[in-house]
Amino acid sequence: MKAKVKAWQGVALIAAVLAVLPFAVGLGMGNAWVRVLDFALLYIMLALGLNIVVGFAGLLDLGYIAFYAIGAYLYALLSSPHFGLHWPAWAVLPLGAAVAGLFGVLLGAPTLRLRGDYLAIVTLGFGEIIRIFLNNLNSPVNITNGPQGIARIDPISVFGVPLSRPLDVLGVSLPGVYLYYYLFALVALGIIFVTMRLEDSRIGRAWVAIREDEIAAKACGINTRNVKLLAFAMGASFGGVAGGLFAGFQEFVSPESFSLMESVMVLCMVVLGGMGHVPGVVLGGLLLAVLPEALRQGAGPVQLALFGRVLLDPESLRILLFGLALILVMQYRPAGLWPSATRRREFSENPPEPGR
Amino acid sequence: MSALLEAIGIGKRFGGVEALKDVSLSIAQGEIYGLIGPNGAGKTTFFNVLTGLYAADSGHFSFAGKPLDVSAPHLVAAAGIARTFQNIRLFANMSALENVMVGRHLRTRAGVIGAVLRNEATRREEAAIERRALELLHYVGIGSRGNDLARHLSYGDQRRLEIARALATEPRLLALDEPAAGMNGTETGALRQLIGGLRDDGLTVLLIEHDVKLVMGLCDRVAVLDYGEKIIEDVPARVRRDPKVIEAYLGGAIA
Repeated sequence: MKAKVKAWQGVALIAAVLAVLPFAVGLGMGNAWVRVLDFALLYIMLALGLNIVVGFAGLLDLGYIAFYAIGAYLYALLSSPHFGLHWPAWAVLPLGAAVAGLFGVLLGAPTLRLRGDYLAIVTLGFGEIIRIFLNNLNSPVNITNGPQGIARIDPISVFGVPLSRPLDVLGVSLPGVYLYYYLFALVALGIIFVTMRLEDSRIGRAWVAIREDEIAAKACGINTRNVKLLAFAMGASFGGVAGGLFAGFQEFVSPESFSLMESVMVLCMVVLGGMGHVPGVVLGGLLLAVLPEALRQGAGPVQLALFGRVLLDPESLRILLFGLALILVMQYRPAGLWPSATRRREFSENPPEPGR
Repeated sequence: MSALLEAIGIGKRFGGVEALKDVSLSIAQGEIYGLIGPNGAGKTTFFNVLTGLYAADSGHFSFAGKPLDVSAPHLVAAAGIARTFQNIRLFANMSALENVMVGRHLRTRAGVIGAVLRNEATRREEAAIERRALELLHYVGIGSRGNDLARHLSYGDQRRLEIARALATEPRLLALDEPAAGMNGTETGALRQLIGGLRDDGLTVLLIEHDVKLVMGLCDRVAVLDYGEKIIEDVPARVRRDPKVIEAYLGGAIA
């Protein structure tokens, strides 16, 4: 009973922090930073989806962003002047999750026998195939509008209220970035909830068993084909939802948002945060979404203050410092910033052998 | 005595090597059946064919009177055959209890929706999984180690844990691949008691073992493989004196 009260107190605290956060950020640093928070939430959803595949089931996926692209384009096609369709978000978002999940199975099915490097190469190819398709499906029949992308996508509406326009609540005008923030936070919390429930279940144990030893998992009677496909489908469906939210939020999609670099970023979030550990993955997503922005905006003023002029282009310095941060984390916290208790032990007791 | 498992004409080649040549054997309900032979005789290959890890080139199995589908390992496990591995294969970074809980996968049903909603039925099933897993840990004698990571257990306890995990799938036939390998005398003695107890509780055991003393003391019947062929199948006392067996183990007579 006491534990339950404590858990509810924790939930209330988190809810309060999440509710106040955009105001603190918006008033302190400007609404551009609330937008960064919105993107951070999208990345957290992606990282949690990839975590199911990579973190739980141990299947290295380098093409994960393809599912984000599928969700985003599905929303764009069904809810924009491009085809003249204007389906509501509450119908398109679940459909995006389902279609992305189906593509997850399509990717998973031929790769069931592959692991490690080989799986990584195939998934990388899959991610590129989707992007290239989106780039070229504008002739002979114009489906995706090619490299120009699809513009004037309908914003997401909740109960008929479009989130793109400011909303007056109790005399305070809330800009669109705030409204999207609350929607994204709710969806992200939902995904966290689903992930944590799955982790601590018969299905979650089967995923981890496959990661630990696939042959032993088979011998224990786990139908590894179905369980792996389920991991691909679940992970992909989270990506599909995030993609739909992204399309409605940006009101524009184009293939260049879904490059290999994006897949790599999401994978970095999972690995850096703490593979297979939900709080760690959330932290990783938040940090890696916010850090590049902070570096971009901070690098110029800091140089001015230190040297009196800007020596290095902030844009290139940003990538440099970002790379350095990744190396340092992996060097000093190889299990991730916030790993699960077992994984920390795993790393501390098995120092990497030199030359391997 | 009715046969629980029958292997009929099992053959398996790896390139030019004939690992199994027309091996037929029949294991009766409730016995401990030993499969022995020199290194490389094909014992583990036979296990891997039986449990669906390798596809046989010829032959077939029947189990409890029905043809056994060995096309996938989980089907074999579902039919009621569980196995352990010569080089222990535990889920090293899961706790001992979780290892056994994974073994319950086959006999439980909760899916994604149950896991997310965590409804009454799912909670009940989870509780039952945990309870059964704990019972099995106690049964094999490592009841106090449930929360330890599998790889932190001693060698002997890891062997026991593997047996507990196999038992969690509710097998009728338990196939043990060299369970005493690397064990000292005390550990082997305890293992002998455990396996004997399994038989007393109604399980049929197929045992691959190098420890001849253990096999001869424990098994009801023994088959000897040599170069992929079964050279004898009989009670231990006769197998021990058979000249072909002695030749297989000690080499041919000096010409």
